[in-house]
Amino acid sequence: MATYISLIPAIPLLGFLVLALFGQKLTRKTIGIIGAGSVGIVALLTLIAGTEFLKSLPQVKSYSVVVWQWINAGNLKADISFSLDALSLVFCFVITFVGFLIHVYSIEFMAKDEGFSRFFAYMNLFVGSMLILVLADNILLLYLGWEGVGLCSYLLIGFWYKEPANGYAARKAFIITRIGDTAMIIGIFILFLSFGTVNINDLMQQASGKWAAGSPIAVLTAALLLGGALGKSAQLPLQTWLPDAMAGPSPVSALIHAATMVTAGVYLIARTHVLYSLAPIVQTAIAIIGALTLLIAGFSALAQHDLKRILAYSTISQIGYMFLALGVGAWSAAVFHFMIHAFFKALLFLAAGVVILVLNEEHDIFKMGGLRKKMPVVYMTFLIGASSLSALPLITAGFYSKDAILWYSISSETGSTLLWLAGITGAFLTALYSFRMIFITFFGEAKTQPAFLPGKTMTIPLIILAVFSVFAGFVELPKSMGNIHLFSSLVDNTLPAVVVNETGHSEIVFQLLSAIIVLAGIYLAYTVYLKKPALSESFSHSRLNRFFEKGWGFDKFYDVIFVKPVVWLAEIDKDDLFDWLNIGISRLALLMNRLLGITQNGKLRWYLMSFTVGIALILTYLICR
Amino acid sequence: MLTVPVEIQIMLAGILFLLGLIGLLVRRNMIFMLMSIEVMFNSAGMVFVIAGKQWRQPDGQVMFIFILAVTAVEVAIALALILQVYHHFKTLDADSVNKLRDSN
Repeated sequence: MATYISLIPAIPLLGFLVLALFGQKLTRKTIGIIGAGSVGIVALLTLIAGTEFLKSLPQVKSYSVVVWQWINAGNLKADISFSLDALSLVFCFVITFVGFLIHVYSIEFMAKDEGFSRFFAYMNLFVGSMLILVLADNILLLYLGWEGVGLCSYLLIGFWYKEPANGYAARKAFIITRIGDTAMIIGIFILFLSFGTVNINDLMQQASGKWAAGSPIAVLTAALLLGGALGKSAQLPLQTWLPDAMAGPSPVSALIHAATMVTAGVYLIARTHVLYSLAPIVQTAIAIIGALTLLIAGFSALAQHDLKRILAYSTISQIGYMFLALGVGAWSAAVFHFMIHAFFKALLFLAAGVVILVLNEEHDIFKMGGLRKKMPVVYMTFLIGASSLSALPLITAGFYSKDAILWYSISSETGSTLLWLAGITGAFLTALYSFRMIFITFFGEAKTQPAFLPGKTMTIPLIILAVFSVFAGFVELPKSMGNIHLFSSLVDNTLPAVVVNETGHSEIVFQLLSAIIVLAGIYLAYTVYLKKPALSESFSHSRLNRFFEKGWGFDKFYDVIFVKPVVWLAEIDKDDLFDWLNIGISRLALLMNRLLGITQNGKLRWYLMSFTVGIALILTYLICR
Repeated sequence: MLTVPVEIQIMLAGILFLLGLIGLLVRRNMIFMLMSIEVMFNSAGMVFVIAGKQWRQPDGQVMFIFILAVTAVEVAIALALILQVYHHFKTLDADSVNKLRDSN
């Protein structure tokens, strides 16, 4: 078992090396086989590792393997070492399986792109880095994977680099996540300085032993690590990069900016959950940030015109739900929603990618319409994805995962009615914007004709993901219906179970409420976007709508607060002291050059005279010394 | 046998060296400059021989043989260079051969 854990991240990285070094010489078929195949093999390996893990579960809760020594300087010892426990297993499973389906899909999606091998090289590098991130045994290696996925995100957002706007979006994503990463690395430094180790398990054990709950250092460290998580997971206030990240190809949005990388923040918080239980203030902040983010992003999603931007805001909003769950200590609910979200959001992005591709890069949903009859498979899968996203009661997986979060947001020890209200409002918004998307894109009259129909390589991954989006929910059913806890009993091997406040809230009432809210949202969408479009039309010109569309003005705000002053300062500070210093050095060098140049005059006897005088001086010095 | 004090011998070598040096500095014809260098070489060789005799060691004379060999090689190379210079500039004046210099 332990021996092949290290192969899980190694194989995609090998695929990356092969594609990066020889990609130009390989045929497209070979590139596709290497690119998707490497992830497929890893998916199988994860499956084998997972079954073995489950078999040995009650006795052995995690497996570790040290591959080689990485750093050994002073008391800083870090190895390339991996460990697999229930949390990593869930993440590995999602990364490799969803990743594999997206890779297969990409073979057809990117078929005509000139950067075919580059694309698969980056994608494999991403999968490898992400697996390093979730399997890392020490926090430094985790950070390596963390930065690796950030790099791939940058490379893939700017994949079509000939368009300057794409490069801008890529830089924006990179810089904003870097703000969070800087906070995170400072947090890592504090952890290392306090405990002298970087091993995550040791750190967590020592932290719970040595740091008092609520002590300033625990709060500070937890907050700094949270900063990294906020940047990566596009949560308030660092959420502005994600909508622009949609400049990348759709499979990239599906894999990196929906299913896996953006949930790295969720992983980090779940992995270091001990710190957050030591810093209850920060944990409450997580819940509040999650609740605010899900509301803000939900309203923004409602006003977007670009199909992919709707999905981007919806991703921010759904990760907000995960943060809300983390904040109230419902660790397994957060991880469960991560998994289900990965399925349906990857599905939605891939289906949206098909729609955009066949309509010749048309992103505006108001120019689509009527695609239901033309592309039944895409329509059905998109509908399933959107239903799961809006948590359609009973039949979709999204219902079970989101309902768990809603329930714990009020019933957990740290939960509150306000958080629940935010969550339920978010659920209403989710249903509304999901079905707005459906009704406008797939119903009504056709405004643009599809240029061609998607092939099987693209539709089969959609169908598989649609199946998962429905049935994956049945591994975890609430107490009131079914009472199946396969998933949480697995994850609870690694994470503490949620502490429920027994206040006599009846779970079934809340479930009924959220079901009604969702159905109401769908009905409202049906009314205003399909039956009486005039209603939504009048709203779409309002200033409020524009405010939502621009993402609540965060971009503008940051531009005024941060970007403009820095640019202004740089502008007036072109010739400062340091410039003078540098210019002075170069001028001095030139002057010396001229002085020395005079002595090199080509006169042989002048040289001889200099020799003689020089030797005479040296001799005089030696004698008279 | 008449013995000359070693100081006088060294002084002779020094005078010889100075003559060579002055010749090197004042002459402009390259052939003469080369000859002056030879004189300086010989004065150096002479010091070796004097030292060898002073301490009754054969090493000094051995070293002089080496110096002769080195000088022979040096003269060969220098003459070849002078030949090339003459071929190129049609003169042997060291002052007028000054093309190899800093441009400004």
